[in-house]
Amino acid sequence: MKPAPFRYIAASSVDHALALKAEHGDEARFLAGGQSLIPAMNFRLARPSVLIDINGLGELAGVERSESGEIRIGALTRYHSLERDSRFLTDCPLFADALPHIAHPQIRNRGTIGGNLSHADPASELPAIAVGMQARMRIRSAIGEREVPASEFFQGLLTTDIQNDEMLVEIAFPPPTGRTGACFMEVARRRGDFALAGVAAIVTIDAEGRCSQLRLALCGVGDRAVDASAAAASLIGQPCAGEVIETVAAEVQGMIDPPGNVHASPDYQRHIAGVLAQRAISAAFSRAGHAA
Amino acid sequence: MQPERHDIELSVNGTTCRRTVESRILLSDFLRHDLGLAGTHVGCEHGACGACTILFDGAPIRSCLMLAVQANGHELSTVEGLAGNDGELHPIQQAMHDHHGLQCGYCTPGILMTMTAYLKQNPQPSEHEVREALSGNLCRCTGYQNVVDAMLAAAQTLRAAP
Repeated sequence: MKPAPFRYIAASSVDHALALKAEHGDEARFLAGGQSLIPAMNFRLARPSVLIDINGLGELAGVERSESGEIRIGALTRYHSLERDSRFLTDCPLFADALPHIAHPQIRNRGTIGGNLSHADPASELPAIAVGMQARMRIRSAIGEREVPASEFFQGLLTTDIQNDEMLVEIAFPPPTGRTGACFMEVARRRGDFALAGVAAIVTIDAEGRCSQLRLALCGVGDRAVDASAAAASLIGQPCAGEVIETVAAEVQGMIDPPGNVHASPDYQRHIAGVLAQRAISAAFSRAGHAA
Repeated sequence: MQPERHDIELSVNGTTCRRTVESRILLSDFLRHDLGLAGTHVGCEHGACGACTILFDGAPIRSCLMLAVQANGHELSTVEGLAGNDGELHPIQQAMHDHHGLQCGYCTPGILMTMTAYLKQNPQPSEHEVREALSGNLCRCTGYQNVVDAMLAAAQTLRAAP
């Protein structure tokens, strides 16, 4: 239950961190909040020979807004600082809903947005939210920078598009359009446990209150965050009505292939996903109606 | 591989400490073995139980999920720093005593550190909020009821304190 030996280097700048990563490749890991990496090292499931501590790199932390209303979150931003940022929570209600579900207060004081997304745990809330909100992931290496849509960033269980010499430095969300409401819900065995299933719904309505766009993403029901927006076809152009939302939920249930775990069978996960989809869509509709 | 060592300087309960630590030493083990502050308990070592909770720059964290070398230049508080120099218990400790908020006591230091910070941030919590705040600290003896009672009483004492 103790980490294997490694070399520890506190990076002095992002360039320094990236140069070290280029030098050491997959032998090296970035240490951000450490709330997934350190337990893996304690169990020796992870044995990096070099640990590049990026906690001193303040330029990677914080929330910024562009003139167009795009929101950018630095990779080193900790959950807790988002929880205290009332403007951010108002702008990103999915985060307001989801943050309290992420582990426990002690973990949220350390854990970071970039660490979570780079870890790509399929049961985690944030990958589903990034997919739902169509986030763009900004990735840097010593030799350049690129952007990847969230839908292509997550490639499987604990696997992302990040290459051995790269770091996720920021995620950006497109500005909200029109009358939009969003809601995230999940079911876990206990407070702070991994979700058995979770649903993020983003509903945009037109002047008559009919759905013009619905984004749906799920966590905990596959090997990565699942984009289930295609299930929403029957709701487009419709007002918020129970039967249509039930149809969408049934579509969602048909689209997913939950793996099951010690707490829930695949059938139970599918059931939960359907119920949560109905509730999250209804809540998002109602919030869209109240949006200015 | 030769153990790689680092010189660190940090403040623990207001006292400055300088030590040389191996990179892989967890902060929890550093506190217990290097500083002799064995009040910080080690339970699960993967962030699930909360027994090793300490304050890192004032915020509760799991000390088993940090490296000692990361504490360089930071301020830590552990359960040893709660009581006064004359041995007088902190109101939160006194309340745990009065309300029988512990049996075996293994989880207690983590609960005390979590709730010391929480009651500063929310001096008048509801019972529900106290239970939420305690959600990251496992206790297998008490069933939590007496811990919750103790925390509500401690909140009242702390509010009345000058």
